Parts: sequence; C-alpha cells; structure tokens
Amino acid sequence: MSQDTDQTRLDYLDRPQFQSLLDVLQDAGFRCVGPQVSDHAIVFEEISYVGQLPTGMVDRQGPGRYTLKDTGTGRFFYWVSGPQALKPHLFLPREVLWQVDRDDDGKLHFSSACGQPQGVAFIGVRSCDLAALDLLDRHFLQGDYVDSAYQSRRQQIFIIAVNCARSAETCFCHSTGDGPQVRGGGYDLLLSELDEGFIITSGSSKGDEILVRLPLRASTNQQHEQVRQELVSAEQQQRSLPSTDLNEKLMSQLEHPRWDDLQERCLSCGNCTAVCPTCFCHSEIDHPGLNGMTSEHIREWDSCFTSGHSYIHGHVLRDDTRKRYRQWLTHKLATWHDQYQRSGCVGCGRCITWCPVGIDLTEEVAVICGGDAHG
Amino acid sequence: MVSVAIHKFSSCDGCQLAFLNAGQDLITLSNMVEIVNFAEAGIVDTRAKADIAFVEGSISTPEDLERISDIRHNSNYLITIGACATAGGLQALRNLANGKEWIADIYATADTISALPTSTPISDHVKVDLELWGCPVSTRQVFTAIRSLLFDVLPRDEHDKLCLECKRQGVSCVMVTQGIPCMGPVTRTGCGALCPRHGRDCYACYGPAENPNTDALGKRFAGLGLVSGQIAARFHFINSASPDFRQAGLNWKDKGNDG
Ligand code: SF4
Ligand code: SF4
Ligand code: SF4
Ligand code: SF4
Repeated sequence: MSQDTDQTRLDYLDRPQFQSLLDVLQDAGFRCVGPQVSDHAIVFEEISYVGQLPTGMVDRQGPGRYTLKDTGTGRFFYWVSGPQALKPHLFLPREVLWQVDRDDDGKLHFSSACGQPQGVAFIGVRSCDLAALDLLDRHFLQGDYVDSAYQSRRQQIFIIAVNCARSAETCFCHSTGDGPQVRGGGYDLLLSELDEGFIITSGSSKGDEILVRLPLRASTNQQHEQVRQELVSAEQQQRSLPSTDLNEKLMSQLEHPRWDDLQERCLSCGNCTAVCPTCFCHSEIDHPGLNGMTSEHIREWDSCFTSGHSYIHGHVLRDDTRKRYRQWLTHKLATWHDQYQRSGCVGCGRCITWCPVGIDLTEEVAVICGGDAHG
Repeated sequence: MVSVAIHKFSSCDGCQLAFLNAGQDLITLSNMVEIVNFAEAGIVDTRAKADIAFVEGSISTPEDLERISDIRHNSNYLITIGACATAGGLQALRNLANGKEWIADIYATADTISALPTSTPISDHVKVDLELWGCPVSTRQVFTAIRSLLFDVLPRDEHDKLCLECKRQGVSCVMVTQGIPCMGPVTRTGCGALCPRHGRDCYACYGPAENPNTDALGKRFAGLGLVSGQIAARFHFINSASPDFRQAGLNWKDKGNDG
C-alpha cells in the first residue's frame, strides 16, 4: 500500500468492480437507469450490466450538431451530456393524470391515474442536472399545489452523480455557478472517474447504505489530485453568460432589434424548450373513449414556441416567432428570478446543441444585453 | 342516429383505411352512427344526406367538380381527410408543370383521359369545416374528430410542429446527430413522429405546421449541402399545393435558376 493512502478513507472502487454497484442497487430494489448509446446519442435508459455503458465515448457538440466518438479509453462517463437526463423520467412527456368513467345511470366517477412507481437509481447525473432538478422541485413541489404525479416519482429516486472530467464545447455551467463540479447536495452517491476506477462518496443516508455494501478500498492523495486537475480543466469553457442575474438587463431590452433578427432565424420548433432540463410548460387534453363512457385527462409537454401556449379565448397573444423567442429568453433568464429566486438556466448547453438551426442563447444574450443594437 | 358518409375523389384510397383498420372501434362506431356511404366497405349511395361527411381525394377531373358541390349540399359537417383532399396531394405536382403534356408523354391515347390541368384541395371549391392532414390520416385522427362532434365539441386542431412530438417520443434528432435534412421543424404534428422514430427524416406528409419558417429551414438544408433544386423538392412533394410549401419550393427553384 503506498504511503499517501488514508486507510480510514475507504472511497475507491476499482473499475472492474463497477458491476457490484449495479448489483447492489438492483438487490436493494432499484431499477437502474443510466447512459447508453442509442440513435447516435447518449440517452438514459434502463441498464443492468456494465457492458451497456458508453465506454470510451465522448460527445462532440456545437450549435445544431452532436456526434459521438469512441476514444478507446475505458472510461464510462467521459461523455458530457445527451439530449435529456432526469426530466423525462420525472416530468413525463405525456401522462394520464386522471380518468373518468360514466356508469349505467349516467353518474361520473373520477379516479387518479397516478400509480406507485418503483424506485429508480439514476447513474451518471451531472452537476447541471442536479441544479435543474432543484428547479423542477421548486416548480412542482413547492407552494400550495404540489404535483402528486411528479412527487410520487421524485420520492422514489436514487441519484448517482458524477463530476465532469471534461466539458462539451456548448457547456457554460461554470458561468451560471452550476458546474462542472458537484458542490452542495442533491445526490445519494457521487463519483469522480479516473482511468482505473472511481472515487465514490455518499451524500445521504440512503447513499451510506449502498456504500457500505461495495468492495471499496482506500484512495490515494494522488488520485484526489488528479480528479481536482481534471475538474479545473473542465472549468475552461468556451461559452458563458455575463451574469447570473440578467433580470433587469433583459427586461429593459424588450424592443431590441435582435428579436426581429431571431424571428428570421428561429424555426419556432420548441426543441430548445423540450431539451431544457428546467422547462416545465405543459398543456392538458382530454381523450374520450369512442363509446363516450370513459375519458382520460392527459398532460403533455408544451412549449412557449407553440401558438396554444399563449392562446386566450379566441386570441393568440404571441402570434409571431419574435414574441415567442423573447418569451423563452426573458422567462428563462429574467422573470424566473421573480418566480424561483434564480435564473432558469443551469448552463447545460442543450438548447444550443439541439436547436436544428444552431441558435446559441449565449450569443443572443451577448448582443441583446451588450448594447450592440445592430447585432 | 347521426349519419356518416365517406366519399372518395382522386386519391389512392389509403385514408379510408383509417376506418377499415380500426378493428373493434369500427364495430363500435357502426352501432353508434349510420354509415350511409362508404364504397370501400360496400355501402354505396353517393347522394345520401349525411350529418358528417368525410372526403378523401383531390379535385382532379371535371366529374370531381360536379360531385363535390352535390356532396357539400347533402352534408352538414364536411371533413377532408388526407393530403389529397386537404392540399391537392402528390398529384398536385402537375400544377407546377404542364399537366396536359405530361399525360400526352405517358399515355398512348391521351384524348381518352379526362383530367383537369390541376389537382386542387376540396377547400378551393366548397366550404370545408375541418381539415385532417396526413398521407394517410390515422385512425386516431378520424375517430377523435367523430367523437368530438358526437359530443358537440369542435375537434382540436393539431397544428404544432412535429419536433415537439419527436422530443416527447425521446427520439434523438436526425438532423443534429447525422445532418439528415428533416422537414419536422415546418411540419404539422399528428403522426407521432413516425419517421424520426425509425431513424429517418420527416418528408412532411402532414403538411405545414402553423407559423412555419420555411426560409430558415431551407437555409439550414443548404448548409447541410443540399443544392437549390433539392431544397425545392423537399417542399414540392406530398403537399406541394399548400401555400407555404408551394411558395418555399418556388423560391428555391428561382434561386437555382439564378445560378
Ligand atoms: S436554457 Fe439552455 S443552457 Fe440553459 S438550462 Fe436550458 S437548455 Fe440548458
Ligand atoms: S431557438 Fe432553435 S430550437 Fe428553439 S425554437 Fe428556435 S429554432 Fe427551435
Ligand atoms: S428529427 Fe426532425 S422532427 Fe425530430 S427534432 Fe429533429 S428536425 Fe425535428
Ligand atoms: S414523420 Fe413526417 S413524413 Fe413521416 S409520417 Fe410523420 S409527417 Fe409523414
């Protein structure tokens, strides 16, 4: 054993032992959901064995561009992000909220459609994802109206976070204060990946219970130092926002000519809002059975880029893309402060990557808030 | 009992399959309404009065022209089903060419063919109460519309962009990951993002969505390496006679001609 180990600090899991983490989680009753390569991207799907992880894969991201490359390293978490992480698992893209049945006497019977979800362990959650989760919690769980569908799933999850060893070209979490290092809580276990294994720590009592069942050994100071160095290099990001609070600045620029320019370029397709881990807008529709005896009340993801989003009694308030893009940016970065006491952006860069025409909100903010009126 | 008629004009008959493929729901429906005309199912009375009339196919022959005004007259609520009835269909490509010449080029006895020089949507000729897009429309669309009308509720217009549904379905965008020129950002939702779910691009069989930015998408296609003629062909395909796509295609064609 080398001299720089601290035998009281059992926090190192050798890479060949990683399967034991999955086994222990499954044994504890969790369904494991983790990163996998599917359809040319990293997506979160059910996994049960290590071989399903995206070993050696890195993501190359740019405005409107996402490709994967196999680097040949043995790392499981060298990629940074895919189109989605936790959001679609907690705030489902489409779900039945309640159902109504008509009996033979014509009386209506309402019933909740929310089931009792099984525990899910999410593996590979990033710092920005945790910050986004905190925002979704503020929206769905705080105040007088708790969303029971979200809550029932939220209570069942176990989070295995991972520190980012690299940033994607589109990341700017360092400037929003949400990454790349996981600080504060919000996780049950936290991994820092090295070539040969993982430094693993617990952030909750649920995490402690799993941790004690793993075949851990002591880490070295050198390993901790290497994690630190990788985090420092991950902080060197190409993009940034000028401030964590743009409320006043943006709201004073509602007539900036750049909004007209955006009207020309933006497809008003809603991809940015769908991939944004903090966007929570939805609409509700009813789906009656053909015989008229039953009906389902369905909630599905909506977006400020649809006309329905601002439809009020025969009138669409935001009837063009200029107003819709402005709504998206000013809500996300400005009025979110009034609603949730912080910006709605965690700097994950997804809206830049997954915009089919590569509109980059950091660039738009620089023009709109930077006083360059002619962009 | 509410009466329902299903009429056919110039089309492939595929949209009527939305009824025939409905399985149990078709039996349920036939107990709830009276189907007064549905040639594909063997019920023929094209002049029957109907509370709800579904119309498949475009106006493509002189005979079509006469028959559609009769049907309008005999129907209370008229719904077009599919790209042909709603936007002129694939056969409207002839509107952009010389239809007469095409016929002469292909058929030996062109003079025995009675066709109008254009293929046009039903709404060019009579008032249409609801348009259901798609090539073909789905069982879900037609049955949802019927159910709403039986409740005396106006059916919901599904006109958002396909991309939003693509994301709900958890598909990784084919344009972003593979540079495939996808029409989803200007195309109307309704199919459940069928093509991207199978790893290919949308070719806009559901027609234009509300507020489509065809210019920006065309420019993106150019950035992906498509030349003007190829971009024009993306817009001039199944729904070439819908005004948004027609104009977008013509603009790109012009750009090609300018060199
Ligand atoms: S606005 Fe964009 S960068 Fe910010 S959290 Fe949403 S998707 Fe990520
Ligand atoms: S910014 Fe991009 S992703 Fe968002 S609506 Fe506009 S074109 Fe779509
Ligand atoms: S694959 Fe097509 S429909 Fe889906 S998000 Fe991308 S551009 Fe939109
Ligand atoms: S993805 Fe596009 S082309 Fe394919 S079925 Fe849907 S609307 Fe039609």
